Amino acid sequence: MRVIGAITARELSAYFASPLAYVFIVIFLALSGGLTFHVGGFIERGQADLEPFFQFHPWLYLFLIPAVGMRLWAEERKTGTVEFLMTLPVSAAEAVVGKFLAAWLFAGIALVCTAPIWITVNVLGQPDNGVIFAAYLGSWLMAGGFLVISACISALTANQVIAFVGAVAMCFIFMMSGVDFVQSAFRGWVPPMLLSTIADLSLLGNFTALSQGVIDLRNVVYFLSLIGIGLVINTAVVELKKGA
Amino acid sequence: MQTLLDIRNLSKRFGPIVAVDDVSFQVARGEVVGFLGPNAAGKTTTMRMVAGYLPPGDGSVAVCGHDVVRDAHAAQARIGYMPEGAPSYGDMSALSLLRFVTRIRGLSAADRKRRIDEVIDRLHLEGVLHRPVETLSKGFKRRVGLAAAIVHDPDVLILDEPTDGLDPNQKYEVRNLLQEIAGNKAIIISTHILEEVEAICSRAIIIARGQVVADALPDELQARAPGHNAVYLSVAADREAAARSAVEAVEGVARIDALSGNQQSARFLAVPTDQRDILDAVRKAVANDGIEIQEIRLERGRLDDIFRELTKAA
Ligand SMILES: Nc1ncnc2c1ncn2[C@@H]1O[C@H](COP(=O)(O)OP(=O)(O)OP(=O)(O)O)[C@@H](O)[C@H]1O
Ligand SMILES: [Mg+2]
Repeated sequence: MRVIGAITARELSAYFASPLAYVFIVIFLALSGGLTFHVGGFIERGQADLEPFFQFHPWLYLFLIPAVGMRLWAEERKTGTVEFLMTLPVSAAEAVVGKFLAAWLFAGIALVCTAPIWITVNVLGQPDNGVIFAAYLGSWLMAGGFLVISACISALTANQVIAFVGAVAMCFIFMMSGVDFVQSAFRGWVPPMLLSTIADLSLLGNFTALSQGVIDLRNVVYFLSLIGIGLVINTAVVELKKGA
Repeated sequence: MQTLLDIRNLSKRFGPIVAVDDVSFQVARGEVVGFLGPNAAGKTTTMRMVAGYLPPGDGSVAVCGHDVVRDAHAAQARIGYMPEGAPSYGDMSALSLLRFVTRIRGLSAADRKRRIDEVIDRLHLEGVLHRPVETLSKGFKRRVGLAAAIVHDPDVLILDEPTDGLDPNQKYEVRNLLQEIAGNKAIIISTHILEEVEAICSRAIIIARGQVVADALPDELQARAPGHNAVYLSVAADREAAARSAVEAVEGVARIDALSGNQQSARFLAVPTDQRDILDAVRKAVANDGIEIQEIRLERGRLDDIFRELTKAA
Protein backbone atom coordinates (compact mmCIF):
# COMPACT_ATOMS: atom_id res chain seq x y z
CA MET A 1 0.00 0.00 0.00
CA ARG A 2 2.83 2.39 0.87
CA VAL A 3 4.45 1.72 -2.49
CA ILE A 4 1.19 2.10 -4.42
CA GLY A 5 0.48 5.33 -2.56
CA ALA A 6 3.91 6.72 -3.38
CA ILE A 7 3.53 5.87 -7.06
CA THR A 8 0.01 7.27 -7.25
CA ALA A 9 1.10 10.51 -5.62
CA ARG A 10 4.06 10.83 -7.95
CA GLU A 11 2.00 10.17 -11.07
CA LEU A 12 -0.75 12.51 -10.04
CA SER A 13 1.71 15.32 -9.44
CA ALA A 14 3.30 14.51 -12.81
CA TYR A 15 -0.05 15.28 -14.48
CA PHE A 16 -0.23 18.64 -12.81
CA ALA A 17 3.46 19.39 -13.38
CA SER A 18 2.81 19.51 -17.12
CA PRO A 19 0.29 21.60 -19.06
CA LEU A 20 -1.45 18.35 -19.97
CA ALA A 21 -3.65 18.41 -16.89
CA TYR A 22 -4.92 21.92 -17.45
CA VAL A 23 -5.32 21.52 -21.19
CA PHE A 24 -7.23 18.33 -20.60
CA ILE A 25 -9.56 19.79 -18.01
CA VAL A 26 -10.26 22.91 -20.06
CA ILE A 27 -10.97 20.94 -23.20
CA PHE A 28 -13.13 18.48 -21.31
CA LEU A 29 -15.16 21.27 -19.74
CA ALA A 30 -15.46 23.24 -22.98
CA LEU A 31 -16.48 20.25 -25.06
CA SER A 32 -18.87 18.78 -22.54
CA GLY A 33 -20.44 22.21 -21.94
CA GLY A 34 -20.67 23.07 -25.61
CA LEU A 35 -22.15 19.73 -26.57
CA THR A 36 -24.65 19.85 -23.71
CA PHE A 37 -25.98 23.28 -24.58
CA HIS A 38 -25.72 23.36 -28.34
CA VAL A 39 -26.12 19.81 -29.49
CA GLY A 40 -27.93 18.32 -26.54
CA GLY A 41 -30.43 21.19 -26.31
CA PHE A 42 -30.04 21.40 -22.54
CA ILE A 43 -32.11 24.61 -22.22
CA GLU A 44 -34.62 23.99 -25.01
CA ARG A 45 -35.62 20.62 -23.62
CA GLY A 46 -36.97 22.33 -20.55
CA GLN A 47 -36.26 19.30 -18.39
CA ALA A 48 -34.37 19.41 -15.13
CA ASP A 49 -31.94 16.57 -15.76
CA LEU A 50 -28.42 16.07 -17.06
CA GLU A 51 -29.09 13.52 -19.74
CA PRO A 52 -27.86 15.79 -22.54
CA PHE A 53 -24.67 16.24 -20.54
CA PHE A 54 -23.93 12.58 -19.90
CA GLN A 55 -24.92 11.26 -23.30
CA PHE A 56 -21.79 12.72 -24.84
CA HIS A 57 -19.39 11.39 -22.26
CA PRO A 58 -18.59 8.14 -24.05
CA TRP A 59 -17.65 10.12 -27.15
CA LEU A 60 -15.55 12.61 -25.26
CA TYR A 61 -13.81 9.83 -23.38
CA LEU A 62 -13.08 7.96 -26.57
CA PHE A 63 -10.50 10.62 -27.43
CA LEU A 64 -9.70 12.27 -24.14
CA ILE A 65 -9.04 9.23 -21.96
CA PRO A 66 -6.46 7.70 -24.32
CA ALA A 67 -4.75 11.10 -24.17
CA VAL A 68 -4.51 10.70 -20.39
CA GLY A 69 -3.48 7.06 -20.52
CA MET A 70 -1.02 7.09 -23.40
CA ARG A 71 1.90 8.42 -21.34
CA LEU A 72 1.51 6.00 -18.44
CA TRP A 73 4.02 3.44 -19.71
CA ALA A 74 5.14 4.62 -23.13
CA GLU A 75 6.79 7.69 -21.68
CA GLU A 76 8.62 5.69 -19.04
CA ARG A 77 9.92 3.36 -21.68
CA LYS A 78 11.02 6.22 -23.92
CA THR A 79 12.93 8.07 -21.21
CA GLY A 80 14.32 4.94 -19.58
CA THR A 81 12.76 5.72 -16.22
CA VAL A 82 11.01 2.36 -16.32
CA GLU A 83 14.42 0.84 -15.54
CA PHE A 84 14.78 3.21 -12.61
CA LEU A 85 11.30 2.40 -11.32
CA MET A 86 11.42 -1.34 -11.80
CA THR A 87 14.78 -1.71 -10.06
CA LEU A 88 13.37 -0.18 -6.91
CA PRO A 89 11.74 -2.79 -4.66
CA VAL A 90 8.46 -2.39 -6.53
CA SER A 91 6.44 -5.18 -8.10
CA ALA A 92 4.97 -4.73 -11.56
CA ALA A 93 1.48 -5.05 -10.07
CA GLU A 94 2.12 -2.24 -7.60
CA ALA A 95 3.41 0.02 -10.35
CA VAL A 96 0.46 -0.82 -12.61
CA VAL A 97 -2.13 -0.19 -9.91
CA GLY A 98 -0.41 2.95 -8.67
CA LYS A 99 -0.28 4.47 -12.12
CA PHE A 100 -3.83 3.49 -12.96
CA LEU A 101 -5.18 4.97 -9.74
CA ALA A 102 -3.42 8.26 -10.43
CA ALA A 103 -4.90 8.51 -13.91
CA TRP A 104 -8.33 7.48 -12.66
CA LEU A 105 -8.23 10.03 -9.87
CA PHE A 106 -7.22 12.61 -12.41
CA ALA A 107 -10.24 11.73 -14.56
CA GLY A 108 -12.32 12.03 -11.40
CA ILE A 109 -10.94 15.49 -10.74
CA ALA A 110 -11.90 16.55 -14.27
CA LEU A 111 -15.37 15.17 -13.65
CA VAL A 112 -15.68 17.06 -10.36
CA CYS A 113 -14.84 20.22 -12.28
CA THR A 114 -18.13 19.85 -14.14
CA ALA A 115 -20.04 20.37 -10.86
CA PRO A 116 -21.27 23.84 -11.99
CA ILE A 117 -23.60 22.18 -14.45
CA TRP A 118 -25.08 20.10 -11.66
CA ILE A 119 -25.54 23.27 -9.64
CA THR A 120 -27.09 25.00 -12.65
CA VAL A 121 -29.70 22.32 -13.13
CA ASN A 122 -30.56 22.55 -9.43
CA VAL A 123 -31.00 26.29 -9.73
CA LEU A 124 -33.18 26.01 -12.82
CA GLY A 125 -35.41 23.22 -11.62
CA GLN A 126 -35.82 20.24 -9.34
CA PRO A 127 -33.78 17.39 -10.80
CA ASP A 128 -33.57 13.92 -9.32
CA ASN A 129 -30.13 14.21 -7.75
CA GLY A 130 -29.97 10.47 -7.16
CA VAL A 131 -30.12 9.91 -10.89
CA ILE A 132 -27.42 12.48 -11.48
CA PHE A 133 -25.20 10.90 -8.85
CA ALA A 134 -25.63 7.49 -10.46
CA ALA A 135 -24.75 8.98 -13.81
CA TYR A 136 -21.60 10.59 -12.41
CA LEU A 137 -20.62 7.30 -10.86
CA GLY A 138 -21.27 5.54 -14.17
CA SER A 139 -19.26 8.12 -16.04
CA TRP A 140 -16.30 7.73 -13.71
CA LEU A 141 -16.48 3.94 -13.91
CA MET A 142 -16.57 4.19 -17.69
CA ALA A 143 -13.54 6.48 -17.59
CA GLY A 144 -11.78 3.75 -15.60
CA GLY A 145 -12.68 1.21 -18.28
CA PHE A 146 -11.30 3.39 -21.06
CA LEU A 147 -8.22 4.11 -18.96
CA VAL A 148 -7.32 0.52 -18.24
CA ILE A 149 -7.53 -0.22 -21.97
CA SER A 150 -5.32 2.79 -22.71
CA ALA A 151 -2.82 1.75 -20.05
CA CYS A 152 -2.52 -1.74 -21.53
CA ILE A 153 -1.86 -0.34 -25.00
CA SER A 154 0.61 2.17 -23.56
CA ALA A 155 2.58 -0.66 -21.97
CA LEU A 156 3.04 -2.26 -25.38
CA THR A 157 4.99 0.57 -26.96
CA ALA A 158 7.55 3.29 -26.26
CA ASN A 159 5.77 5.62 -28.69
CA GLN A 160 3.03 7.78 -27.23
CA VAL A 161 1.41 8.48 -30.60
CA ILE A 162 1.05 4.79 -31.29
CA ALA A 163 -0.23 4.33 -27.76
CA PHE A 164 -2.87 7.00 -28.35
CA VAL A 165 -4.07 5.76 -31.71
CA GLY A 166 -4.06 2.15 -30.56
CA ALA A 167 -5.98 3.03 -27.42
CA VAL A 168 -8.62 4.99 -29.34
CA ALA A 169 -9.12 2.06 -31.70
CA MET A 170 -9.32 -0.45 -28.86
CA CYS A 171 -11.65 1.73 -26.82
CA PHE A 172 -13.88 2.16 -29.83
CA ILE A 173 -14.24 -1.59 -30.24
CA PHE A 174 -15.08 -2.01 -26.55
CA MET A 175 -17.45 0.89 -26.62
CA MET A 176 -19.36 -0.17 -29.68
CA SER A 177 -19.40 -3.92 -29.27
CA GLY A 178 -23.19 -3.81 -28.83
CA VAL A 179 -23.79 -1.75 -31.93
CA ASP A 180 -24.94 -3.42 -35.09
CA PHE A 181 -21.97 -2.82 -37.35
CA VAL A 182 -19.47 -4.18 -34.83
CA GLN A 183 -21.78 -7.11 -34.17
CA SER A 184 -21.96 -7.81 -37.87
CA ALA A 185 -18.22 -8.28 -37.94
CA PHE A 186 -18.67 -11.20 -35.55
CA ARG A 187 -21.95 -12.52 -36.92
CA GLY A 188 -21.71 -15.79 -38.78
CA TRP A 189 -18.51 -17.07 -37.28
CA VAL A 190 -19.11 -16.82 -33.55
CA PRO A 191 -21.93 -18.69 -31.85
CA PRO A 192 -25.06 -16.56 -31.18
CA MET A 193 -24.64 -16.93 -27.44
CA LEU A 194 -21.16 -15.43 -27.61
CA LEU A 195 -22.54 -12.72 -29.84
CA SER A 196 -24.89 -11.54 -27.15
CA THR A 197 -22.09 -11.83 -24.60
CA ILE A 198 -20.01 -9.53 -26.76
CA ALA A 199 -22.95 -7.14 -26.82
CA ASP A 200 -23.19 -7.30 -23.04
CA LEU A 201 -19.54 -6.32 -22.82
CA SER A 202 -20.17 -3.01 -24.52
CA LEU A 203 -18.98 -0.03 -22.54
CA LEU A 204 -21.73 2.04 -24.08
CA GLY A 205 -24.51 -0.34 -23.11
CA ASN A 206 -23.33 -0.60 -19.52
CA PHE A 207 -22.94 3.14 -19.24
CA THR A 208 -26.34 3.96 -20.71
CA ALA A 209 -28.13 2.11 -17.95
CA LEU A 210 -26.15 3.89 -15.24
CA SER A 211 -26.51 7.28 -16.90
CA GLN A 212 -30.26 6.91 -16.71
CA GLY A 213 -29.99 6.64 -12.98
CA VAL A 214 -30.37 2.92 -12.55
CA ILE A 215 -27.55 1.64 -10.37
CA ASP A 216 -27.73 -1.94 -11.48
CA LEU A 217 -25.14 -4.04 -9.74
CA ARG A 218 -24.45 -5.91 -12.96
CA ASN A 219 -23.26 -2.72 -14.67
CA VAL A 220 -21.07 -1.77 -11.73
CA VAL A 221 -19.63 -5.27 -11.59
CA TYR A 222 -19.02 -5.10 -15.33
CA PHE A 223 -16.91 -1.98 -15.07
CA LEU A 224 -15.04 -3.16 -12.00
CA SER A 225 -14.24 -6.50 -13.61
CA LEU A 226 -13.15 -4.77 -16.80
CA ILE A 227 -10.78 -2.66 -14.73
CA GLY A 228 -9.59 -5.66 -12.72
CA ILE A 229 -8.93 -7.83 -15.74
CA GLY A 230 -7.32 -4.90 -17.53
CA LEU A 231 -4.93 -4.37 -14.62
CA VAL A 232 -3.97 -8.05 -14.62
CA ILE A 233 -3.25 -7.90 -18.36
CA ASN A 234 -1.37 -4.63 -17.92
CA THR A 235 0.81 -6.25 -15.24
CA ALA A 236 1.54 -9.21 -17.49
CA VAL A 237 2.52 -6.90 -20.36
CA VAL A 238 4.84 -4.87 -18.13
CA GLU A 239 6.51 -8.06 -16.84
CA LEU A 240 6.85 -9.40 -20.34
CA LYS A 241 8.34 -6.20 -21.73
CA LYS A 242 10.80 -6.04 -18.86
CA GLY A 243 12.50 -9.16 -20.10
CA ALA A 244 13.01 -7.88 -23.64
CA MET B 1 35.90 -10.69 3.52
CA GLN B 2 32.17 -11.00 3.36
CA THR B 3 30.85 -11.66 -0.14
CA LEU B 4 27.97 -9.30 -0.92
CA LEU B 5 27.47 -10.02 -4.58
CA ASP B 6 27.69 -13.49 -6.02
CA ILE B 7 27.28 -13.94 -9.77
CA ARG B 8 27.36 -17.50 -11.06
CA ASN B 9 27.38 -18.65 -14.66
CA LEU B 10 25.25 -15.75 -15.72
CA SER B 11 24.13 -15.73 -19.37
CA LYS B 12 21.68 -13.78 -21.46
CA ARG B 13 20.69 -14.03 -25.10
CA PHE B 14 18.65 -11.67 -27.20
CA GLY B 15 17.51 -13.82 -30.09
CA PRO B 16 20.70 -14.73 -31.94
CA ILE B 17 22.85 -12.30 -29.92
CA VAL B 18 24.66 -13.73 -26.91
CA ALA B 19 24.98 -10.58 -24.81
CA VAL B 20 26.34 -12.21 -21.66
CA ASP B 21 28.05 -15.58 -21.79
CA ASP B 22 28.74 -17.55 -18.62
CA VAL B 23 29.94 -14.73 -16.41
CA SER B 24 30.90 -15.55 -12.81
CA PHE B 25 32.48 -13.40 -10.14
CA GLN B 26 32.08 -12.42 -6.50
CA VAL B 27 32.43 -9.01 -4.95
CA ALA B 28 33.21 -8.58 -1.26
CA ARG B 29 32.48 -5.73 1.09
CA GLY B 30 35.04 -2.98 0.63
CA GLU B 31 35.83 -3.77 -3.00
CA VAL B 32 35.43 -1.28 -5.83
CA VAL B 33 35.28 -3.21 -9.07
CA GLY B 34 35.90 -1.51 -12.40
CA PHE B 35 33.78 -3.29 -14.99
CA LEU B 36 35.40 -2.74 -18.37
CA GLY B 37 34.79 -3.82 -21.89
CA PRO B 38 34.33 -2.44 -25.38
CA ASN B 39 30.93 -1.27 -26.62
CA ALA B 40 28.36 -4.07 -26.75
CA ALA B 41 30.50 -6.30 -24.52
CA GLY B 42 27.55 -6.94 -22.22
CA LYS B 43 28.27 -4.63 -19.29
CA THR B 44 24.86 -2.98 -19.17
CA THR B 45 23.09 -6.29 -19.70
CA THR B 46 25.02 -7.86 -16.80
CA MET B 47 24.25 -4.93 -14.51
CA ARG B 48 20.57 -5.00 -15.45
CA MET B 49 20.38 -8.63 -14.44
CA VAL B 50 22.07 -7.89 -11.13
CA ALA B 51 19.69 -4.99 -10.50
CA GLY B 52 16.70 -7.21 -11.24
CA TYR B 53 15.55 -5.37 -14.35
CA LEU B 54 16.29 -8.19 -16.76
CA PRO B 55 15.67 -11.79 -15.74
CA PRO B 56 18.84 -13.88 -16.10
CA GLY B 57 18.74 -16.14 -19.13
CA ASP B 58 20.81 -18.67 -17.27
CA GLY B 59 22.77 -18.78 -14.04
CA SER B 60 22.10 -16.88 -10.87
CA VAL B 61 22.79 -13.65 -9.02
CA ALA B 62 22.66 -13.35 -5.24
CA VAL B 63 22.83 -10.04 -3.42
CA CYS B 64 23.63 -10.37 0.28
CA GLY B 65 22.41 -13.94 -0.01
CA HIS B 66 19.12 -13.04 -1.70
CA ASP B 67 18.50 -14.44 -5.16
CA VAL B 68 17.51 -11.63 -7.52
CA VAL B 69 14.75 -13.71 -9.10
CA ARG B 70 13.23 -15.64 -6.22
CA ASP B 71 13.75 -12.96 -3.62
CA ALA B 72 13.70 -9.90 -5.84
CA HIS B 73 12.51 -7.29 -3.36
CA ALA B 74 14.94 -8.31 -0.64
CA ALA B 75 17.80 -8.13 -3.15
CA GLN B 76 16.64 -4.83 -4.61
CA ALA B 77 16.30 -3.35 -1.15
CA ARG B 78 20.06 -3.82 -0.69
CA ILE B 79 21.11 -2.56 -4.10
CA GLY B 80 21.59 0.98 -5.24
CA TYR B 81 21.49 1.04 -9.03
CA MET B 82 22.07 3.85 -11.43
CA PRO B 83 21.12 2.83 -14.98
CA GLU B 84 23.19 3.96 -17.97
CA GLY B 85 22.53 7.66 -18.59
CA ALA B 86 20.97 8.11 -15.13
CA PRO B 87 17.34 8.36 -16.25
CA SER B 88 15.05 10.06 -13.77
CA TYR B 89 11.65 11.69 -13.79
CA GLY B 90 12.24 15.02 -15.51
CA ASP B 91 9.16 16.72 -14.13
CA MET B 92 10.19 16.13 -10.52
CA SER B 93 12.57 18.23 -8.50
CA ALA B 94 15.65 16.60 -7.02
CA LEU B 95 14.12 16.82 -3.58
CA SER B 96 10.79 15.25 -4.51
CA LEU B 97 12.64 12.53 -6.39
CA LEU B 98 14.66 11.69 -3.28
CA ARG B 99 11.51 11.75 -1.18
CA PHE B 100 9.80 9.44 -3.65
CA VAL B 101 12.68 6.96 -3.59
CA THR B 102 12.98 6.91 0.19
CA ARG B 103 9.25 6.52 0.57
CA ILE B 104 9.18 3.58 -1.82
CA ARG B 105 12.12 2.07 0.01
CA GLY B 106 10.26 2.36 3.27
CA LEU B 107 12.72 4.44 5.29
CA SER B 108 11.32 5.77 8.55
CA ALA B 109 10.47 9.47 8.65
CA ALA B 110 13.54 10.30 10.73
CA ASP B 111 15.85 8.23 8.51
CA ARG B 112 14.41 9.81 5.40
CA LYS B 113 15.24 13.28 6.54
CA ARG B 114 18.68 12.35 7.76
CA ARG B 115 19.63 10.38 4.66
CA ILE B 116 18.25 12.95 2.23
CA ASP B 117 20.13 15.73 3.99
CA GLU B 118 23.26 13.66 3.89
CA VAL B 119 23.19 12.91 0.15
CA ILE B 120 22.26 16.50 -0.65
CA ASP B 121 25.34 17.51 1.24
CA ARG B 122 27.61 14.87 -0.26
CA LEU B 123 26.57 15.58 -3.84
CA HIS B 124 26.30 19.34 -3.42
CA LEU B 125 22.70 19.49 -4.56
CA GLU B 126 21.69 22.39 -2.30
CA GLY B 127 21.42 24.86 -5.15
CA VAL B 128 19.23 22.76 -7.44
CA LEU B 129 16.91 21.05 -4.99
CA HIS B 130 13.72 22.65 -6.20
CA ARG B 131 14.35 22.74 -9.93
CA PRO B 132 12.78 20.16 -12.23
CA VAL B 133 15.45 17.58 -13.03
CA GLU B 134 14.93 18.03 -16.78
CA THR B 135 16.18 21.61 -16.54
CA LEU B 136 19.47 20.64 -14.90
CA SER B 137 22.82 20.27 -16.65
CA LYS B 138 24.07 16.79 -17.45
CA GLY B 139 26.46 16.82 -14.52
CA PHE B 140 23.75 17.71 -12.06
CA LYS B 141 21.36 15.18 -13.55
CA ARG B 142 24.04 12.56 -13.01
CA ARG B 143 24.51 13.68 -9.43
CA VAL B 144 20.79 13.50 -8.79
CA GLY B 145 20.83 9.97 -10.22
CA LEU B 146 23.73 9.07 -7.94
CA ALA B 147 21.98 10.59 -4.95
CA ALA B 148 18.90 8.48 -5.69
CA ALA B 149 21.08 5.37 -5.91
CA ILE B 150 22.87 5.86 -2.59
CA VAL B 151 20.17 7.56 -0.52
CA HIS B 152 19.19 4.34 1.29
CA ASP B 153 22.83 3.50 2.05
CA PRO B 154 22.84 0.25 0.09
CA ASP B 155 25.31 -2.56 0.65
CA VAL B 156 25.77 -3.12 -3.06
CA LEU B 157 26.16 -0.23 -5.45
CA ILE B 158 25.89 -0.76 -9.20
CA LEU B 159 26.69 2.25 -11.35
CA ASP B 160 26.56 2.08 -15.13
CA GLU B 161 29.03 4.64 -16.51
CA PRO B 162 28.66 7.11 -13.63
CA THR B 163 31.23 9.57 -14.97
CA ASP B 164 30.33 9.37 -18.65
CA GLY B 165 30.09 12.86 -20.11
CA LEU B 166 31.13 14.72 -16.97
CA ASP B 167 33.74 17.46 -16.99
CA PRO B 168 37.10 16.68 -15.33
CA ASN B 169 36.13 18.45 -12.10
CA GLN B 170 32.92 16.52 -11.75
CA LYS B 171 34.63 13.26 -12.62
CA TYR B 172 37.09 13.99 -9.85
CA GLU B 173 34.28 14.71 -7.41
CA VAL B 174 32.35 11.58 -8.29
CA ARG B 175 35.50 9.50 -7.85
CA ASN B 176 36.14 11.09 -4.48
CA LEU B 177 32.59 10.40 -3.45
CA LEU B 178 32.91 6.75 -4.42
CA GLN B 179 36.12 6.42 -2.48
CA GLU B 180 34.52 8.00 0.56
CA ILE B 181 31.59 5.63 0.62
CA ALA B 182 33.52 2.59 -0.59
CA GLY B 183 34.63 1.24 2.77
CA ASN B 184 31.58 -0.75 3.78
CA LYS B 185 30.02 -1.49 0.40
CA ALA B 186 30.58 -3.63 -2.64
CA ILE B 187 30.69 -1.31 -5.62
CA ILE B 188 30.73 -2.06 -9.33
CA ILE B 189 31.20 0.73 -11.82
CA SER B 190 31.31 0.25 -15.54
CA THR B 191 33.47 2.69 -17.40
CA HIS B 192 35.38 3.32 -20.60
CA ILE B 193 37.91 5.49 -18.80
CA LEU B 194 40.87 3.34 -17.88
CA GLU B 195 42.55 5.95 -15.72
CA GLU B 196 39.45 5.80 -13.54
CA VAL B 197 40.25 2.19 -12.82
CA GLU B 198 43.75 3.10 -11.70
CA ALA B 199 42.35 5.96 -9.64
CA ILE B 200 39.61 4.26 -7.65
CA CYS B 201 39.22 0.58 -8.35
CA SER B 202 40.65 -2.15 -6.21
CA ARG B 203 39.95 -4.66 -8.93
CA ALA B 204 39.28 -4.69 -12.65
CA ILE B 205 37.07 -7.10 -14.55
CA ILE B 206 37.26 -6.92 -18.32
CA ILE B 207 34.59 -8.51 -20.46
CA ALA B 208 34.49 -8.91 -24.20
CA ARG B 209 31.75 -10.50 -26.27
CA GLY B 210 29.92 -11.35 -23.08
CA GLN B 211 32.79 -13.26 -21.47
CA VAL B 212 35.15 -12.35 -18.66
CA VAL B 213 38.63 -12.07 -20.19
CA ALA B 214 40.43 -10.67 -17.16
CA ASP B 215 39.75 -10.35 -13.45
CA ALA B 216 42.73 -8.88 -11.62
CA LEU B 217 44.16 -6.01 -9.63
CA PRO B 218 44.82 -2.95 -11.78
CA ASP B 219 48.55 -3.34 -11.05
CA GLU B 220 48.56 -6.93 -12.22
CA LEU B 221 46.89 -5.90 -15.44
CA GLN B 222 49.47 -3.23 -15.98
CA ALA B 223 52.17 -5.78 -15.41
CA ARG B 224 50.69 -7.82 -18.23
CA ALA B 225 50.75 -4.88 -20.62
CA PRO B 226 53.25 -5.20 -23.48
CA GLY B 227 55.11 -2.04 -22.44
CA HIS B 228 55.54 -2.99 -18.79
CA ASN B 229 59.04 -2.19 -17.45
CA ALA B 230 60.16 -0.57 -20.69
CA VAL B 231 62.60 2.29 -20.15
CA TYR B 232 61.92 5.72 -21.55
CA LEU B 233 65.09 7.63 -22.34
CA SER B 234 65.66 11.10 -23.62
CA VAL B 235 69.10 12.48 -24.64
CA ALA B 236 70.44 15.45 -26.59
CA ALA B 237 69.60 15.16 -30.27
CA ASP B 238 73.24 15.05 -31.42
CA ARG B 239 74.00 12.07 -29.16
CA GLU B 240 71.21 9.96 -30.60
CA ALA B 241 73.36 7.41 -32.41
CA ALA B 242 75.76 7.01 -29.49
CA ALA B 243 72.97 6.51 -27.00
CA ARG B 244 71.26 4.03 -29.23
CA SER B 245 74.34 1.82 -29.56
CA ALA B 246 75.01 2.04 -25.82
CA VAL B 247 71.50 0.86 -25.00
CA GLU B 248 71.59 -1.84 -27.65
CA ALA B 249 74.61 -3.35 -25.93
CA VAL B 250 72.74 -3.70 -22.62
CA GLU B 251 71.83 -7.25 -21.80
CA GLY B 252 68.09 -7.93 -21.78
CA VAL B 253 67.08 -5.19 -24.19
CA ALA B 254 64.88 -6.79 -26.79
CA ARG B 255 64.41 -3.78 -29.04
CA ILE B 256 64.54 -0.02 -29.14
CA ASP B 257 61.58 1.99 -30.35
CA ALA B 258 62.27 5.53 -31.48
CA LEU B 259 59.71 7.98 -30.17
CA SER B 260 59.03 11.32 -31.76
CA GLY B 261 61.63 13.84 -30.60
CA ASN B 262 62.39 17.46 -31.38
CA GLN B 263 65.35 19.78 -32.19
CA GLN B 264 66.84 19.42 -28.74
CA SER B 265 66.19 15.83 -27.76
CA ALA B 266 65.95 12.34 -29.13
CA ARG B 267 63.69 9.89 -27.32
CA PHE B 268 63.68 6.11 -27.18
CA LEU B 269 61.78 3.35 -25.57
CA ALA B 270 63.95 0.39 -24.62
CA VAL B 271 61.74 -2.68 -24.39
CA PRO B 272 63.15 -5.54 -22.31
CA THR B 273 62.78 -9.24 -22.97
CA ASP B 274 60.35 -10.89 -20.54
CA GLN B 275 59.60 -7.57 -18.87
CA ARG B 276 62.77 -7.79 -16.84
CA ASP B 277 64.09 -4.78 -15.01
CA ILE B 278 66.70 -2.99 -17.15
CA LEU B 279 66.45 0.53 -15.78
CA ASP B 280 69.73 0.56 -13.88
CA ALA B 281 71.66 -1.23 -16.60
CA VAL B 282 70.46 1.26 -19.21
CA ARG B 283 71.25 4.22 -17.00
CA LYS B 284 74.77 2.97 -16.35
CA ALA B 285 75.51 2.08 -19.97
CA VAL B 286 74.49 5.52 -21.18
CA ALA B 287 76.32 7.35 -18.40
CA ASN B 288 79.48 5.28 -18.93
CA ASP B 289 79.61 6.46 -22.51
CA GLY B 290 79.56 10.03 -21.24
CA ILE B 291 76.13 10.78 -22.64
CA GLU B 292 74.08 13.22 -20.61
CA ILE B 293 70.65 11.89 -19.76
CA GLN B 294 67.84 14.44 -20.05
CA GLU B 295 65.20 12.14 -18.70
CA ILE B 296 64.89 8.48 -17.86
CA ARG B 297 61.98 6.62 -16.36
CA LEU B 298 60.36 3.25 -16.01
CA GLU B 299 57.12 2.67 -17.91
CA ARG B 300 54.54 0.79 -15.89
CA GLY B 301 52.62 -0.31 -18.93
CA ARG B 302 49.40 1.13 -20.17
CA LEU B 303 46.01 -0.34 -19.30
CA ASP B 304 44.88 0.81 -22.73
CA ASP B 305 47.31 -1.57 -24.34
CA ILE B 306 46.33 -4.60 -22.32
CA PHE B 307 42.67 -3.67 -22.72
CA ARG B 308 43.05 -3.59 -26.48
CA GLU B 309 44.98 -6.82 -26.52
CA LEU B 310 42.42 -8.65 -24.37
CA THR B 311 39.32 -7.37 -26.11
CA LYS B 312 40.26 -7.24 -29.77
CA ALA B 313 38.12 -9.42 -31.97
CA ALA B 314 39.34 -12.99 -32.01
N1 LIG C 1 16.93 -5.35 -25.25
C1 LIG C 1 17.82 -5.83 -26.14
N2 LIG C 1 17.40 -6.45 -27.24
C2 LIG C 1 18.29 -6.94 -28.13
N3 LIG C 1 19.61 -6.87 -27.99
C3 LIG C 1 20.10 -6.26 -26.91
C4 LIG C 1 19.24 -5.70 -25.92
N4 LIG C 1 20.00 -5.15 -24.95
C5 LIG C 1 21.28 -5.35 -25.31
N5 LIG C 1 21.35 -6.01 -26.49
C6 LIG C 1 22.59 -6.43 -27.18
O1 LIG C 1 23.41 -7.08 -26.24
C7 LIG C 1 24.78 -6.75 -26.47
C8 LIG C 1 25.39 -6.20 -25.19
O2 LIG C 1 24.86 -4.91 -24.92
P1 LIG C 1 25.19 -4.07 -23.63
O3 LIG C 1 24.30 -2.89 -23.66
O4 LIG C 1 25.14 -4.96 -22.45
O5 LIG C 1 26.68 -3.63 -23.92
P2 LIG C 1 27.61 -2.66 -23.07
O6 LIG C 1 28.80 -3.46 -22.68
O7 LIG C 1 26.85 -2.02 -21.98
O8 LIG C 1 28.04 -1.59 -24.16
P3 LIG C 1 28.32 -0.02 -24.02
O9 LIG C 1 29.73 0.11 -23.58
O10 LIG C 1 28.16 0.47 -25.42
O11 LIG C 1 27.34 0.55 -23.07
C9 LIG C 1 24.77 -5.77 -27.63
O12 LIG C 1 25.08 -6.48 -28.80
C10 LIG C 1 23.38 -5.25 -27.67
O13 LIG C 1 23.03 -4.88 -28.98
MG1 LIG D 1 26.36 -0.07 -21.51
